[in-house]
Amino acid sequence: MNKTQNNKAWWLVVPVLVLVAFNAFIPLMTVVNYAFQETFGDNVFFWEGTTWFEQVLRSPRFHASLIRQLVFTGMILAIEVPLGIGVALTMPRKGPWVSVCLVLMALPLLIPWNVVGAMWNIFALPEIGLLGYTLNSIGIDYNFTNQPISAWLTTVVMDVWHWTSLIVLLCYAGLSSISDDYYQAAHIDGASRWAIFRYIQLPKMKRVLTIAILLRFMDSFMIYTEPFVLTGGGPGNTTTFLSIDLVKIALGQFDLGPAAAMSLIYFLMVLLICWAFYTIMMRNEEQ
Amino acid sequence: MARIRFRDVRHAYPPPKGQEPVYALNEINQVWEDGGAYALLGPSGCGKTTLLNIISGLLTPSEGEILFDGKEVTDLPTSARQIAQVFQFPVVYDTMSVFDNLAFPLRNRGMDEKLVQQRVEQIAEMLDLTDNLKKRASGLTADGKQKISLGRGLVRSDVNAILFDEPLTVIDPHLKWQLRSKLKELHQQVGVTMIYVTHDQVEALTFAEKVVVMYEGIVVQVGTPVELFNHPRHTFVGYFIGSPGMNVLPCSIDGGQPVFGKNLLNIESRIKGQLQGKLEVGIRPEFVEFSDDGIPVKIEKVEDLGRYQVLTLTHESEIIKMVMAEDQTVPSENPRIQFDPHHTKIYCDDWVVEEAVNE
Repeated sequence: MNKTQNNKAWWLVVPVLVLVAFNAFIPLMTVVNYAFQETFGDNVFFWEGTTWFEQVLRSPRFHASLIRQLVFTGMILAIEVPLGIGVALTMPRKGPWVSVCLVLMALPLLIPWNVVGAMWNIFALPEIGLLGYTLNSIGIDYNFTNQPISAWLTTVVMDVWHWTSLIVLLCYAGLSSISDDYYQAAHIDGASRWAIFRYIQLPKMKRVLTIAILLRFMDSFMIYTEPFVLTGGGPGNTTTFLSIDLVKIALGQFDLGPAAAMSLIYFLMVLLICWAFYTIMMRNEEQ
Repeated sequence: MARIRFRDVRHAYPPPKGQEPVYALNEINQVWEDGGAYALLGPSGCGKTTLLNIISGLLTPSEGEILFDGKEVTDLPTSARQIAQVFQFPVVYDTMSVFDNLAFPLRNRGMDEKLVQQRVEQIAEMLDLTDNLKKRASGLTADGKQKISLGRGLVRSDVNAILFDEPLTVIDPHLKWQLRSKLKELHQQVGVTMIYVTHDQVEALTFAEKVVVMYEGIVVQVGTPVELFNHPRHTFVGYFIGSPGMNVLPCSIDGGQPVFGKNLLNIESRIKGQLQGKLEVGIRPEFVEFSDDGIPVKIEKVEDLGRYQVLTLTHESEIIKMVMAEDQTVPSENPRIQFDPHHTKIYCDDWVVEEAVNE
């Protein structure tokens, strides 16, 4: 049989190319454009080379927000991952309570980011908020609007409240895929509760957990709306994470060059960390 | 090691809402002698696996009790019973090496690492796993994984019994033979009680000294393969064991003798008294033969199976199977058959009528 060569099918790829171009490639290239040049409007550009990058990388302000960001992401991962696994392990496997638990777990995920920020803002207000008022009336000095530690704790707790469910749901999916045979065999083999977790449940959850951690890393590393609504980056700059800082530079000060350079550095960092994490997890898998 | 005894054990799984519970096991009274090699034979869904899980403690029976050497263990958890069990589908701990997999049950019980090493190597040798000991268990084929599962069952030397739940289903036919004879060999070496669940009669008959036949939640007969063949106590045993199975034909009793169709059949002894219920006569195809006078039949089909032939005959609307040596020939006209009186059994409501003692 002769094969006929027909390249018309390539036209079917065009819509995808257009979409990708408009939602990823062109915006990114615009940022690249600003990162290497200086402009004073009227579409006039001057070549600046790596000036903006050097400026950003040397700036103490960038270092400070980067450290805040790393600490924040580290904290929420350290809390949400074990907590998520723990909750998933205690959820019922069968029966009418399964759907109740799943719906309850999914609720926080359905609330828009800025609403979460607003909710927690009101909830935590020291004079009128349920949380703030209660804490103060039992003698704890708590005011997230002017105490850095309170602001940090509130932000972290808010994120844990909002996103632990995601890890719970993913882990629960991983756990439900384990057949009863495994648990029965483990009982026969005299495995302890810890051994069951370590050698059966954890390995079976590994893939979904990898995805969950990646998602939580990316989302928390790029977090903007919730802390912006809750604390606005304050008090002072104490909860100014990378995204908040970036917006301040780009839109507040209108320093487009440094902001563009910072965006690219930021983007490359997320990419690099995700790649490294995923590669390490998958290499273990192959061995 | 222990003698395992079931006393009036019944078990029902939780029924769907609004329905009566159906008993998966119904009144099991059974003793598993210490060191015996038992096969638990029966069709799918007859309660074999339920029975195993009750022995190992994965299930607690709804009623009745289980005794190990006279000590009640009904409510003891699996870990306190010293039972090894191998499941139908391979279970391996993916992240561990083959060695660690085999060592797992021993290490969990705090065995000395030197002994663990010794024991694991011994078992690996027996199952041809020595070359794979350092490999990760997840990389093995289904065969290999099931060998690990078997190995984890066999590695413990202090068990009361080893239970096998159709362990060779996923294994290649040629390996099946090999592994089954390995198991038998092992049984002779260590003398631990082994209970082997299967729905394959060949597997059951080659492995076991005693075969326990189950049907719809009850044990219908326990016996050696020969006993099961020659003296099936229940019509189910008759046609489940043997290939082709026993002919079970409707009959009536006249003067203590069974009548099939219009033909009076000879049996060893006359039946006394009146029998109430569904009456049937059972005869194995091996004990049916052609004769000059007897039951007139039509020959429907002759299958040549090499060393013997299987004939399908009909008398009126009843089908009768018959096994005939290869060198014999089928009569050309008016074939008639008779049943060997020594092997003709009478069944009343599916149970053999044994009280048919001599006059």
